[in-house]
Amino acid sequence: MKIVECINVNKTYQQGQIKVHALRDISLVIEKGEFAAVAGPSGSGKTTLLNLVGGLDASDSGSIVVDGNAFDQMSQSQLANLRLHKIGFVFQAYNLIPVLSAAENVEFVMLLQGVTARERQQRAKAILDDVGLAGKYDRRPAELSGGQQQRVAVARAIVSSPSIVLADEPTANLDSKTGEGLLEMMQKMNEEKRVTFIFSTHDKMVMDYARRLIFLRDGRLVDDQVK
Amino acid sequence: MNRRAWNMSFIKFRHFFIMYLQLAWRNIWRNPRRTAVILTAVIIGIWSMILLGSLMRGIAVGMIENGISTLTGHLQIHHKGYRNDPAIENSITDPVVVENALREVLPKGSSWTARVRVSAVASNARHYSGVTLVGIDPVAEAKVSFIGTAISQGRYLNPGDHNGIIVGEALLEKFDTKLGRKLVLMSQDTHRENASRAFRIIGTFRAEMEATEKQFVFVMRKASHKMLRLGDGISEISILLPGKPDNPEIYDRLMTALPSEQFEVNTWRELLPFQTAYLRILDGFMWIWYFVVFVAMGFGIVNTTLMAVFERMREFGLLKALGMKPWWILREVLTESFLLLVTGMIIGNILAFICIYALSGSGIDLSALAAGAEYAGMTRVIYPAVALKDIFVSNLVVLLLGILVSTYPAVKAARFTPVEALAHT
Repeated sequence: MKIVECINVNKTYQQGQIKVHALRDISLVIEKGEFAAVAGPSGSGKTTLLNLVGGLDASDSGSIVVDGNAFDQMSQSQLANLRLHKIGFVFQAYNLIPVLSAAENVEFVMLLQGVTARERQQRAKAILDDVGLAGKYDRRPAELSGGQQQRVAVARAIVSSPSIVLADEPTANLDSKTGEGLLEMMQKMNEEKRVTFIFSTHDKMVMDYARRLIFLRDGRLVDDQVK
Repeated sequence: MNRRAWNMSFIKFRHFFIMYLQLAWRNIWRNPRRTAVILTAVIIGIWSMILLGSLMRGIAVGMIENGISTLTGHLQIHHKGYRNDPAIENSITDPVVVENALREVLPKGSSWTARVRVSAVASNARHYSGVTLVGIDPVAEAKVSFIGTAISQGRYLNPGDHNGIIVGEALLEKFDTKLGRKLVLMSQDTHRENASRAFRIIGTFRAEMEATEKQFVFVMRKASHKMLRLGDGISEISILLPGKPDNPEIYDRLMTALPSEQFEVNTWRELLPFQTAYLRILDGFMWIWYFVVFVAMGFGIVNTTLMAVFERMREFGLLKALGMKPWWILREVLTESFLLLVTGMIIGNILAFICIYALSGSGIDLSALAAGAEYAGMTRVIYPAVALKDIFVSNLVVLLLGILVSTYPAVKAARFTPVEALAHT
């Protein structure tokens, strides 16, 4: 089942006087349950592709369909709704809400979805237990290590069972041991809960874990390998 | 919408409401120094609005109360033409007609007194000065005007004091005289002849204004009748009504009861035009004051809220990425401003009420500036007067305009695209 479909997607940025082609005619399909990595050097368009697939930015041309929703026919509000219910994000810089505890950060998305307080608390604690943060529910982000913060971010991304989780260089700020632990955890989530993961990375370890590797260079898709 | 759907909507609303409050409250304490700056601006703003507003209203109340008690009353009845030409010829020659009407019309609890009031010259061996001779019935007068409770030396008039006179402290000082000494009054009688009579000073009075002490001298009404050959005539009847000073119904009934070709009935608003004008422009002054305070405060709020928004740009990008709609972000920022404003308002109100309470006992004594204050018609001591309307309006102004000026940074926060916000460092 197709979960993401990109057809001839183009994206350009204006950097001062210069027009930068971030993505050129990208066409690809991601199936449900995949554990895929978009790899390539800096400036190859990895993050741009994830932003477009996540509905955070709009393409100049081409079409993107996520879980049956064509972005070019959706308003900003509908896109926000899609992100809320179907897409989970994990960012390189963790991006947790600093004034909320670990459990509250995880609950936040469910709160926006209108889940009741009791269910939110139960699910948040359960998912934090799953990612190895049992007993750290009330810690604020500043009281957690980088790896622990990223685990909270992963827990927040998957807690409401989205169709896909987009992880933008999730291990970039972590040491190799912590990064590997995080990848193992996400792999487990992928296998047990059938959550589709798409990473952007230039970390070899992430590429090793991924079951599909999509290579970009200068905004073009140059290779697509399924292991 | 069925009942279940309503319940679900309510639960969702409640969750959102709690979330906004919780997030906003924690966010405003992320940078305590910045929060303290905004809170200080709001606290000083609301404190000054309420306190200075109450003092301005206190000035107005003092001016009006003083004006009413200084021989004005709530209503006055004169012979037609007296106000344009307060000559003795324009006296009420048959006060019984008026007194009968008053007994019929005035509600229970009203007080009234009849006076003779003419211009005169007071003199002693070395000094002379223009004064207003007031012939009073001491018992009735004490219930209507200030004089009954204003005696500072000697005593008040008794019905047997045919030659007694009460003068102001300032006049006593000006004439370099004292209790027991004689004072000669000279005026024009009803036959247009010079009339003069010697009185003995039996008491002095202290008034809110020095000008009052120099202007009025009080004698028994009968003594003034005799001196001016006025028979039972009077210059005016002053009435104090129970309850509020304005009672249009009584005014209308008096106008109906008294023949308009013979009598004039005037309210205190007509008799005290300066005070009435001050009262009329007071609200305008208050609005100008609120505006000035708010402009100073508003810039502080916009500036610090904008700083807070730009500092948290990444966070707003994250919230949008997680699925928050622009409108929700706007509400989040406005909720933070709302909490700051409400916190500042609570503290500002408490401080203002503490200051008002502290000043309500002794007031602000302007005796040192008495001449200037008197020129403006103000009393020597200003007591704050709290009007619920002023408190409500000043709080509402701060809250509504505070939210309004916060809308600009809130809209900025709502309009960042997730990508540009997340890329912000």
